[in-house]
Parts: sequence; C-alpha cells; structure tokens
Amino acid sequence: MNNVFPIRITVNGETHEVRASPSATLLEVLREKIGLTGTKHGCNHGVCGACTVLIGDKLARSCLALAADIGERKVTTVEGIAAGRELSAVQRALIESGAIQCGFCTPGFVIALTHLFAHNPRPDRETIRAALSGNLCRCSGYVKIVGAAERLAEARP
Amino acid sequence: MSIGASPPRIEAADKATGRACYVDDIKLPGMLYGALLTSPHAHARILSYGVEGARAIPGVKAILTGPDLKTPRAGGIIKDESMVARDKVRYVGEPVAAVAAVDAETARRAAAAIEVQYEALRAVLTIDDALAPGAPILHEQFSAYVQSVKGGGHANTIFESSLLEGDVDVAFTQCDVIVEGTFETQAQHHVYMETNGCVADVDAAGRITLYATCQSVHHIQQRVAEELGEPMAKVRVIATRVGGGFGGKHASNIHSIAAWLARASDRPVKLVLSRMQDFEVQRSRHPARIWMKTGARHDGTIIARDVAITTDGGAYADESPPVLTFALMMSRGPYRIANVRARGRAVYTNKLRAGSFRGFGNPQASFAAESQIDELATKLSIDPLELRLKNAMRPNDTAFGGHAVPSCILRDCLVAVRDAQRSATPLPPRPDRRRGVGFAAMSHVSGLMGTAAEVQLRTDGSIALSTGCVDLGQGADTTMMQICADALRIPIDRVSYAQQDSDSSPYNWKTAGSRSTYMTGRAVAVATVAVRDKMLEHAGEILECSTADLELRPGGEIGIKGVPSAVTFKDVALRSLFQAGGPISASHGFVFDGPPFDPKRATIHQLAFQNLGVYTFGAHCVEVDIDEATGAVEVRRAWCAHDVGRAINPAACEGQIQGGFVQGMGYALTEQMQWNSEGWLTTVTLADYKVPGVLDCPAEIHPIVLEDPEPSHPVGAKGVGEPSLVGAAPAIANAICHATGARVRSLPMKPERVLKELEKRT
Repeated sequence: MNNVFPIRITVNGETHEVRASPSATLLEVLREKIGLTGTKHGCNHGVCGACTVLIGDKLARSCLALAADIGERKVTTVEGIAAGRELSAVQRALIESGAIQCGFCTPGFVIALTHLFAHNPRPDRETIRAALSGNLCRCSGYVKIVGAAERLAEARP
Repeated sequence: MSIGASPPRIEAADKATGRACYVDDIKLPGMLYGALLTSPHAHARILSYGVEGARAIPGVKAILTGPDLKTPRAGGIIKDESMVARDKVRYVGEPVAAVAAVDAETARRAAAAIEVQYEALRAVLTIDDALAPGAPILHEQFSAYVQSVKGGGHANTIFESSLLEGDVDVAFTQCDVIVEGTFETQAQHHVYMETNGCVADVDAAGRITLYATCQSVHHIQQRVAEELGEPMAKVRVIATRVGGGFGGKHASNIHSIAAWLARASDRPVKLVLSRMQDFEVQRSRHPARIWMKTGARHDGTIIARDVAITTDGGAYADESPPVLTFALMMSRGPYRIANVRARGRAVYTNKLRAGSFRGFGNPQASFAAESQIDELATKLSIDPLELRLKNAMRPNDTAFGGHAVPSCILRDCLVAVRDAQRSATPLPPRPDRRRGVGFAAMSHVSGLMGTAAEVQLRTDGSIALSTGCVDLGQGADTTMMQICADALRIPIDRVSYAQQDSDSSPYNWKTAGSRSTYMTGRAVAVATVAVRDKMLEHAGEILECSTADLELRPGGEIGIKGVPSAVTFKDVALRSLFQAGGPISASHGFVFDGPPFDPKRATIHQLAFQNLGVYTFGAHCVEVDIDEATGAVEVRRAWCAHDVGRAINPAACEGQIQGGFVQGMGYALTEQMQWNSEGWLTTVTLADYKVPGVLDCPAEIHPIVLEDPEPSHPVGAKGVGEPSLVGAAPAIANAICHATGARVRSLPMKPERVLKELEKRT
C-alpha cells in the first residue's frame, strides 16, 4: 500500500538489503528494518542528538537523514563501537565516570565522543563541550559526561 | 564494603553499547501500531463520531472512541479522567479516539480519518479565567466523581486546602520589617529523553501483558485493570528500561488505550508517543501564582509568614491535590517561623493536566519563599546567608504542620556552600557583565506510602534480590544491590536484581518522592538481614555452635569468631534445599511509619496526606553573570550541598545533584510551555521548548554530599532526587538581584523579563 523500493546500506561493516519508502529516514531503517535499536528516537526534529550516527566520517542526525540518500557511505551506529565485548575507551570512560544515568541519550554521546576523539585525541574542556553541544541529556547536567571525556583526553599520550 | 563505593552501574555497559531495551525497542510477533486522534478544541462537547472511513482502510484492526468505554472515570485522588474523552474534550491534544493498525503510517492515517463533530465551548486558559464569575465549568459532574479527599467542586476548583500555625495577624503587628509580593511560575515539561509509551500484549484468555516505561508497574496494573473493568489478576505490567521519568511517568494515562486496543484486536499493540504528542498529552509542572508576605524583627528573627498559592491544574485533577498540599507545607521554608498561614487552591483550566514533577510543588513555593528571604535581608541590612543561618531549622525542630525532625544539618549545608564558593579561585571579571552570588536553602521529604523487598538464597550461595522499585536512570538498581551485598559482605556481582514485573515483584507504590533509597532501601536492608539470620542458624547447626558466636566473613562465608573454620553460603544453601529447613528467603514490607501531622500544633483543613517522610535539607550557591544590555543570565558556577543521610553510591548522589540542578536551571531560565489564545500548545518540539544543552550549563557544578545518618533507616540513607532541583531558581534569582538590584518574581527569567526588571530600577 505504501511505495517501497530496495535500499542497499552498509551499517557497522555489514551490508543490508531492505525495502523502504523513499521518505524513510535512516533512523527508521536502522531501527525497524535492520533491527539496530541502539540508536534512539528522541525528538524527530534533529534537536536532541539521541539518534546521532556516523555517516562515513561525519556526525549525522539519523532522524533527518533519508535512508535512500546514504548510497555507498558507511554508517556506524552505537552497536558498531565496541569490538565484541571489548568496549571502546569512550564507552569505558563514560561507564567508569558514572556518566550514564537513564542511558537514552548515551548512544548519541558515545558517537559524538568517538567522532571527537578520532579527530582530536587530546581535546580540552571547551572543545569537548563544543563537540557535545548537539546532544541533550536530561539526567546528568553534563558534568560527568564532560569529565569522562576530559579524563580520557588526559590518559592519552 | 559495598556501601559508600561507586561501582559501575549494573546496566551501564548495556546502555553504552545500545543493548539496553527501552519500550520502543520491543517488537512482538504480529504487533500492531497504535495512533491517537486528539482534540483540536480546548473545550468542546462531542456531538458525534464517524469511524466508517477509518474502519474501511485496509490494515485497521481496532478503533476506540468514548462510547466504547463501559467503566467509570479513573484517576488519582479525584477520578475525573477516562482514557479517551467522553462527552466533552477539555484540552487541545486530549485523546479522543485511538486506532490499531498493521503499521504506524496506516494507524496515523486511520486516526486522521475519524470524523468527530464538536460543539465548541468557551475555554478557560488561565487561573483568572477559571475563577471569573460566570466562567464556563469544565467538570459539571464534579460532585458525582469518586473523590478520596474532598476539598473542591465549586466553580472550577479542584481542591482547596490550608495549614496554619500560630497567630499570623498578631505576629505581623510585631514585625519591624515586612516584605510582600506575588510570584508567578510557569508550566515546565519533564522532557525525559525517552517519550512515554507501552506495548500491550494479550493471551488467548484475554489476559493483558503490558511492557511500559514507567515509575511503577503496580500503579499501572491498577489503573489499567480499573479502566478495562478487569481484576488486577488479568493485567500484568513489566517495566522496560526507563529513559528518564522525573514524575512524568508517575501516573498512568495512555496505557489503558494500548491495553484496550490489544484486547479488541486480539494482537499486541505498540503505542509510543512522538515527542510532539508527549508534550501535548502527558503532563506538566503546575503553573502557580504565589502571594507571600514575610515579616521579621530588627535582629533578623523571622516571625510571620502569610501565603496564598493558586495552582493551575489543567483539565484533569491528576496529582493537583497532593502537589498543592506539599507546596503549602514547603512554603514556610526550612526555617523556624512561629506564625505561618498557608492557603491554597488548585483550579481546572482547559490545558494539559499538570501533575507530579520532581519537586512536587516545592520548586514553586521555594522560588517565592527563598526570594523573600533575600528581600528581607536587604531591608534588614543583614547578609542573606547569615539571615538563613540565624533562622535555620535545627535538630529536633518541627516542620510546618508539626512533623518531628530529629536530624537536620541545614546549617552545615549553608556553611558548606558559602565556604566552598569563598575559597574557590575567583573567575576573572568580564567588563560587559555584572556578576552576582545567590543562595537558596531548601528542605524536602523522602518517604511516602508502601514498599517491599524480597531476598532469596540461590543454590550456589548467590542472592536473588527483588523489589518493585523501577530504576528511572538514577541508579536505584545498583543502589539496592549495594545495600543487599553490604549486609551480607559479598561483592555485588553475587547479587541478581529482578526486572520489575507485577506478577512477581513485591509491591512498590512508585519510584517517586525521593523515596527509593529511603523506603525500598529500608525494605532491602531488613529483608537481607532476615536472610542473613536464617543463614546463621543453619551455619550454627552445621558448626554446632551458638549463632552468637558466628560472624559473616567477606565473600560469602560464615565462621566461628576467632576460629578459621567456616561454612560457605553455598553450604548453607545446599543444606536448606536438600536436608533441612527449606529454601531460605525473606521479605519485608512496610508503609511509611513516620508520625502524622500534629493537630495540636497546626490547624489543618483538607490535606491530601497525613505523613510524608523524613526531612532532608540542602543549600545552593550560584555565581551568575548578567548582561545588562540584553538581560541574558549565565550561570557560571554552582555549589550544591545536600544531606543524603548516608551516601550508598556517592557517584549516583552527585549525578542526581548535578542533573537536578540543571533541570532547575532550565526551570529558572529557559523552559516554558506556552499556549496560544485558542488553547493550542505552541511549544511542542525541542526546538521550541528550550532544555539546557551543555553550553548553557556551567562547567562547574560542585556537588557537596553531606552525611547525617537517618536514624530510621538501617544504613542511614535518605533521598536526594528532588531536592537538587528546588534550590536552583531562587538561588539564580537572588544572584541576579545581588548583581543588579533587580528582583525578578516570574519564571522563567528570560532576557526580556530580566531586562524589564532592570529598566524598573531607575
């Protein structure tokens, strides 16, 4: 009843063939078609950052990106950050700093911090804060999230 | 020892990897999707429904409208609501009909295809509209509603209440200095990052299983059973991971719709609200108008306060009576004021219902009360912090209403924030900004209602802990495990913690009221000790000695004091299961057992509850910069001291304090739900409703966790979830005034509002 067409999309290194409507967002395809529910649906207006993913090397709001537009670019979601049970340094820092409360915003913060540290291994506080300015958290007041990133930066050579 | 440590949260890795399962992550076989049709009118009579068009859409499996409802109205203290509107709609966004269909798009299309004819009625959108002579009445049938506390009913009044101590009128004649003013506070939305939602499943016998993001499985079970007209045995509720609550997932409203659709379609139904719908159909903090007058002697002794609070409850009563009651109780502030009169009323208006929200009436009352402390200090030429210290409650004082307060470290909290701010390296001045320092003190309670915990010994000596306390993100799961593990001297990874399920979890009223660590934590401690004692009996029989000679050793062993030999928890478990005694388990349940109001001390008219909880105290200090050209306020640093009784998990306490402060800062400066003249909510996206982002927040929010063990708790703990929000707005208002001399008496203190007050100075 709705028009659907095939989309080929590579997420976390795996290529998926899905059928979706041309208006389907990347978020919908990730969650509903591929079953990667770690990326969260927080506001649907690109404000809250809970749906943040990497498209290629760029941070993106998956609620605003059309799945049909992704093409050959590789998508990375929160499920693609850890290597099996081996958590990434960003994930470990958030956990060990007590920076995770309800956790609904956490996937977006994990992606935003992963992106930051990939480009700047030793960011200072203001750089960290600027890099997280697109992600809302309602539980923490951000202090422990920024603190986790600062400790991670300090631990880097 | 587990208590006092901050181990990584039990579920943190699941959350950091995207594994944690929230309600929208659930997909059941054959699952349908629900959609709501909501009211376009603030106030209208429903004349007719046309559902044929919607029913004809392929894929539509069930449609619900008002005439389908056979049960009486439901709700809290006043049962005035139904899952979808009946006869009338009372706010824009009120659910009028619901559809279940094979996919979300079809459900939305079908809901939009339902035709409802309305006769528009005049709407009341403000407190003044609601109370005006001849105002349209929202609930003509109010007197026929089931009400567990009476106190409203005339015109659009939901509830009226008052609390009086001493002789206020005489006391004011003895005051040397009096301040008086009216304060206005706005509707704030919880904006939990995860919107409300649920998935309802149904079995062949018609029994409902509901997965919900919620603050209590037991509350939702009760509400859904009531609205479906079924015994609670036919409704099971399971909590998913919860993406924040803050009071907004405290009372049920949409769950019955999903359950009804599941029963009607005989299929699972998911109903998860979009952000826009969540803003429109859930609940807000009560807007309030507070008139307050406070008087003191020359020496700074505050002797009289008179308060009149009117709250805007929106279209349905929900938590309006208890929120009002609590606002009255908190209106004295944490001070020794001998003569206080507090009167309040909550009114219906044609807007979204207001309800429970972190602070529960206290943020409104404290904004007014703590602003007036600073106003008094100015008139008395006394330092505002000294004035607070002089009048602060002390141990063994009584709260407003007469509750005994055996432990009180308010003065320590005040001194702690003052000293921390004074000893911090001053921030460099900015030539284009004025800097101010502001303080606020607060009290709150931790307690309420009933709860229980159950502890079982497993075959290998592990412990299975179960409570009805849903973790909303604050870390309750880990905290409960720490309390249990600590009492048995085992690592927390030897304890499992059950997901809340109304079929198996011990009763818990709600995760609310800063009560989990105090109430459920108490139950966990007592039940664990009971299991320990049973294990000691077994060990005594195995080791052939008196239990008095036994000791728990770290890691799950019981030994004879002074002797190396020991038995393990596993030895005890195996004996109990296969030889003697039977499985070892214990449960403990209780209802908050503090003293009620003291009728000899206070004159009370209609309060929504009799006792509340143990009292907690805190103080905030903020430094703000104000741009006098624009009125923009920037909070630069904050110090927040809170009495937590005993910090089970210090990192979790700090997280609560920092997060609460920022939610309070949003309340103070940017957050405001706004309705237009037709009653439409205009702030329905996160682009319109400004939640503080990281760059809006100070980088330094210093939590100061103070411990004054609470005698009624086995490990001394009290809650800190709500108090941390309460102090932010008045501290910021006081800092603005300290910097500029401008007193802002309305929230939020947006630049234009601050600018207006700045202009009034000359």
